[in-house]
Amino acid sequence: MEESRFVRTEMLAPQAPPLGEIGWIRWLRDNLFSSWLNGALTLLAGAAVVWLAAGIGPWFANAVWNAGSLAECREILAGAEGACFAVIHDRWLQLLFGFYPDTLYWRPTLAFLLLFVALAPALFPAVPRRLLWFTAVYPGLAYLLLWGGTIWGPLVALAGVPVGVAAFLALRPALPLLAPAAGLVAPVLWWLLAAGPVAGLLAAALPWGLAPVGSAKFGGFMLSIIIGITGIAVSLPLGILLALGRKSDLFLVKTICVGFIEFIRGVPLITLLFTASLLLNYFLPPGTDFDIILRVVIMVTLFAAAYMAEVIRGGLAAIPRGQYEAADSLGLDYWKAMRLIVLPQALKVAIPGIVNTFIGLFKDTTLVVFIGLLDPIGLSTAIRANTDWNGIYWELFLFIGAMFFVFCFLMSRYSMHLERRLKTDHR
Amino acid sequence: MAEPLGDTTVDRAIDRSRMTVGSEEAIRIAAMNKWYGSFHVLRDINMTVFRGERIVVCGPSGSGKSTLIRCINRLEEHQSGRITVDGTELTSDLKNIDRVRSDVGMVFQHFNLFPHLTILENCTLAPIWVRKVPRREAEETAMHFLAKVKIPEQAQKYPGQLSGGQQQRVAIARSLCMKPKIMLFDEPTSALDPEMIKEVLDTMIALAEEGMTMLVVTHEMGFARQVANRVIFMDQGQIVEQNEPGPFFSHPQSERTKLFLSQILRDH
Ligand SMILES: Nc1ncnc2c1ncn2[C@@H]1O[C@H](COP(=O)(O)OP(=O)(O)OP(=O)(O)O)[C@@H](O)[C@H]1O
Ligand SMILES: [Mg+2]
Repeated sequence: MEESRFVRTEMLAPQAPPLGEIGWIRWLRDNLFSSWLNGALTLLAGAAVVWLAAGIGPWFANAVWNAGSLAECREILAGAEGACFAVIHDRWLQLLFGFYPDTLYWRPTLAFLLLFVALAPALFPAVPRRLLWFTAVYPGLAYLLLWGGTIWGPLVALAGVPVGVAAFLALRPALPLLAPAAGLVAPVLWWLLAAGPVAGLLAAALPWGLAPVGSAKFGGFMLSIIIGITGIAVSLPLGILLALGRKSDLFLVKTICVGFIEFIRGVPLITLLFTASLLLNYFLPPGTDFDIILRVVIMVTLFAAAYMAEVIRGGLAAIPRGQYEAADSLGLDYWKAMRLIVLPQALKVAIPGIVNTFIGLFKDTTLVVFIGLLDPIGLSTAIRANTDWNGIYWELFLFIGAMFFVFCFLMSRYSMHLERRLKTDHR
Repeated sequence: MAEPLGDTTVDRAIDRSRMTVGSEEAIRIAAMNKWYGSFHVLRDINMTVFRGERIVVCGPSGSGKSTLIRCINRLEEHQSGRITVDGTELTSDLKNIDRVRSDVGMVFQHFNLFPHLTILENCTLAPIWVRKVPRREAEETAMHFLAKVKIPEQAQKYPGQLSGGQQQRVAIARSLCMKPKIMLFDEPTSALDPEMIKEVLDTMIALAEEGMTMLVVTHEMGFARQVANRVIFMDQGQIVEQNEPGPFFSHPQSERTKLFLSQILRDH
């Protein structure tokens, strides 16, 4: 019988847990064999994996990497099952750069490497904030590297930023609420009306620049990345403005934003792309050279921005009223309250949705094949059109799929990292 | 009615040397009405708050107490009458509104701290962005007020890591960092456990002792009795009775006040 009174005289030393409670045995039991049913499912799944590997394995193992054509591949394989990755070996530069002149490959490559330098200060707080100036000039630099031509084009375009800032600062004392809008409209006017002539004059006076490369030569992953990155970079701020506009008290702003979002979301992207490739030509004055890639980028960006706006609206809805009230009660004006209090929290909530939209946008760039641009899929068709590689499908699609996967997976990992880093609510 | 009124009361003597009521008007509300749709939530409110006054507003749930003090910094808009705060009339002029808001501190029932910022950043944000105070100086001020509400050691934590009482004291410090001339409190203790209520009330009493003009919506009748110089009782969107706390509690005039006091005192 147990005593109802008890006094411990000796303290217990800690002991090792019983075997089977730690290490891999424990892990196996918890994760794979926690019950008879789960054990059976584990074995079944294992068998399926082995069966699949046995099926696909030889195809990879026998792969031919060096051959001049599909026929040569078949000869080497001599009837055995095997992949003909020789096509990748033969054409990988084309899959990356399209028909970009091969003596100038260094230009897109440099632009791509500098992209990471430009992204770093925006993505990682450990990188000094001072590097953000490079992020700011990067678009112009990348444009110059990719398309070449006079250096004045990008410089004059970049001058749109100080024009916007000047308009903002000039209007702020008088019309504090309209100033940000003016800051957006002024650069657009600058680009549409002033930038062309100014750049032309400067180029005539000082003809500095790189050898120009036309948009028709662009293709492959280079094209996907150009469209994808530009779309991503522009659709986020645009989506934020649209989401804020949709929640605005100003009737006109609200109506325009809702109308835009609903229209763009209600139309398939491919329709917008056809509009970009065909219709815009009718609307624009004859003789305007409105670059096809630029047109596509605009459409893809608008499309993504509409989705982005809705994702961000979801984030905004998660912010309690009290946050707005606290910001108001401290005397923060609308834009400061949004920038410092509401958006940081709303964007954090919306990260999974935002990255989802980014990934969707990036993969949607393959749709440009339908308007005749040579994205990787378009190139795979072009490669097959050559008699050497006629009839080769799997190897090309596998390579293209793997490239897309790498980019999308990196974005996904970064978003998870960001979510962890920004987790301050300690719920 | 018998002393003490059954609430959380402070156990120390209150230093009244600086709790003086001036003759300067801090807030003036004249013939103010407010509707939510067709619901007449505030009816013909007239009141004047002088510099240095500590006013407690009480009344049954839904009587319009929150709405009234939220009108004072324009978190709610009034439809008729005039509200003048520190000489500035509240109209739709955004500049006036922002000026009034930066001069009037507000403490909410649910704290409303910014969860993505540290305690220190919560306190320095408005001084830096609204008052344009240099960061270094704003941080010094913030630490001064965090020390005053007795939580300087939490400065680097996030709001989610603090107890309710601590969060409310940070909210008070955050308001004080803007050096407000008037402080509004909307049921600052009603989301808190009893022990935490006391630490928040202590902070508020210390503030009153420094001569702050305060308008407090609360059901802490002990606080009203010890600190307030005037108690306002509201019901159905109207001011039903106002008086000094002594006579207000011992000789309420209106039947509604008597009923309310008997209920609230029975609850405690
Ligand atoms: N945004 C709103 N729209 C419509 N009616 C509202 C709104 N806010 C409050 N009310 C109504 O106005 C009345 C007064 O509300 P208020 O919050 O001022 O009361 P209160 O005295 O603070 O009550 P409590 O003690 O419960 O906080 C209530 O009847 C409430 O239902
Ligand atoms: Mg209330």
